[in-house]
Amino acid sequence: MDEKQDPVALENGAPVEDTAEAASPFRVRDCALIAMASGRRAQNLRELRDILQTIDESSIYHHFWGNRLRPRFDDPEYQNDFASWANRELRDGKVAERLGVIDPTVHDTLEELRQELIDVIEQRLDETEQVAWSKPDRQFNFLTSTIVVFDTTLQMKQPIDLVTSVPAMSPSSIFYHVIDARRRTPGSVDDIRSWLCGLDGEYQDLCDEIAKLDPFFSSLTELRDQLAKVLTTYFVGEGR
Amino acid sequence: MSEILEQYTPVVGKDVINQLYQLAEPLKGKRVVHVNSTRVGGGVAEILTKLVPLMESLGIDTSWEVITGEEQFYQCTKGFHNGLQGNAVEMPAALYATYEEANRQNAQTLRPILEEADIAVIHDPQPAPLITHCPDRKGKWVWRCHIDASRPFRPVWRYLRKFVAQHDASIFSLADFAQPLPHPQYLISPSIDPLAEKNIELDQSEIDAVYTEFGIDPERPMIVQVSRFDRFKDPIGVIHAYKMATEFIPTLQLVLAGGGASDDPEGAAVLDEVRAAASDDPNIHILLLPADANRTINALQRAADIVIQKSVKEGFGLTVTEGMWKGKPVIGGNTGGIGLQVINHHTGFRVDTPEGAALRIRYLLNRRDRLEEMGRKAKEFVRENFLLTRHLREYLTLFLAMLHEQEGRIDLS
Repeated sequence: MDEKQDPVALENGAPVEDTAEAASPFRVRDCALIAMASGRRAQNLRELRDILQTIDESSIYHHFWGNRLRPRFDDPEYQNDFASWANRELRDGKVAERLGVIDPTVHDTLEELRQELIDVIEQRLDETEQVAWSKPDRQFNFLTSTIVVFDTTLQMKQPIDLVTSVPAMSPSSIFYHVIDARRRTPGSVDDIRSWLCGLDGEYQDLCDEIAKLDPFFSSLTELRDQLAKVLTTYFVGEGR
Repeated sequence: MSEILEQYTPVVGKDVINQLYQLAEPLKGKRVVHVNSTRVGGGVAEILTKLVPLMESLGIDTSWEVITGEEQFYQCTKGFHNGLQGNAVEMPAALYATYEEANRQNAQTLRPILEEADIAVIHDPQPAPLITHCPDRKGKWVWRCHIDASRPFRPVWRYLRKFVAQHDASIFSLADFAQPLPHPQYLISPSIDPLAEKNIELDQSEIDAVYTEFGIDPERPMIVQVSRFDRFKDPIGVIHAYKMATEFIPTLQLVLAGGGASDDPEGAAVLDEVRAAASDDPNIHILLLPADANRTINALQRAADIVIQKSVKEGFGLTVTEGMWKGKPVIGGNTGGIGLQVINHHTGFRVDTPEGAALRIRYLLNRRDRLEEMGRKAKEFVRENFLLTRHLREYLTLFLAMLHEQEGRIDLS
């Protein structure tokens, strides 16, 4: 990638090429999540499928994405809660692997994602003669969540400001701008690409690089580090 | 900037503290009232002692009210506590009457402050009926359940539910504890305070002192379980695991530290069984510590190589959190909130049997590299998820959610 910025000038806060302020600044927002019990629980695959057919789609979103802001270990064996539960509590490795491989980013809507989950579970139910049960205190609890979005008062006026601002963003801010953004923006892209794309197409190659980041397998801090690396490489250069 | 909140910056980082200020901004000046039944002693009082000043320091007008009652009132609420935990308790009708009368009387004095509150947080069953005596409520009321109510004794829950259901929301510590109710049920895990005596960093000299005080050899491996002498904590299972492990690691030492038997007849019986199971093994140290021996417990956890919590039934398991915060891997029973904290091969091991515990003790003491790595991960896991600052953030989020009467997304930006 071309070097876009003199690093000395960057350190002095006076970028050489990127002096024009963007039309509208990028306002850094943050969010906080609180989980809620839906009151619905499954103790075997059949119950899981039945509840999946009717549960609010916000619950499906929570178990794929919202769980990133809940207490959980950063490097879980499976990325979604359905697969983790099938593996750990039903001890059904086959269905856990099939649920675990479902990638929510390839589905345009949560309804499509819901249907894929149901299809995988039904296929497994067709294969098995006996349904595995979890212990009573290890049922799958369908959760939802409420997200409160708030302003951090930080603003980025120019794209190059991303280089210093992104590493300072909280994990939940990364969640809001990178993961949650996909539910809010036209074309389901992150907020940073949305902002850059509004700047005369000048940053298309940077947008392409950011698009290659896969948020599904990374913790929020890893995602922030990966994003920071892409931005630094683009604006400052390799190895800087 | 608040002095009290700033004390947490070196522990959790500036980002976390900044986030609390930003989140609290729209709540400035709001009146929040917490109500429970004791100002000292017990987990709820311990949490409120810290949370109330922190909320005030963020500009929220926070107060903490305590209801009182006669001896029969506490007898009744003790019965509720046991009943919510699943014990089939006998509750004479007269006790229910005492409970309701005590709440009626407390409401006489508390009504003005409760009815004016923007948010009233009612902790546990003791003050639950207050809501029936405050018909002109201005704000939102939330019932906070600190008890493992996953399988309550139905007659007790049926009685309490009629009060709980009148609240605008409830809070449970784990999803498993939630009960069907006609309002939103929020989930907030408990937390530990990293600046409390039980968790604060200690000088090595203070850790060395417990070796001397209790006759523990600092040159030999030591495992510790800190909990009251209760069958649900399975201290006998811990001794069996220790004995199996000593066949391979004869230098191993075990510390079982808990409160005195006091007037709890079952606790005394369990303690006798524990002493019998330990027989005369000089490497098993059974310690009866006073309720305020927080620094001693802190030092024992730091002195240990591994922290054990081999419960067969557990609520959240804050002793697990405490052990992890000391940078120790935890071998915990595969039950309750332990599963949320102990991640196999990462922060410790969950086990179902004394044999499982013995195997993991041997593994960790033979693989010091893994023991240290898991201890480091355990501490970071607690730092990110189970400290008081996270607890406070979730309360602020809950207050905002309730005041905006919205679920899903609340955009204040």
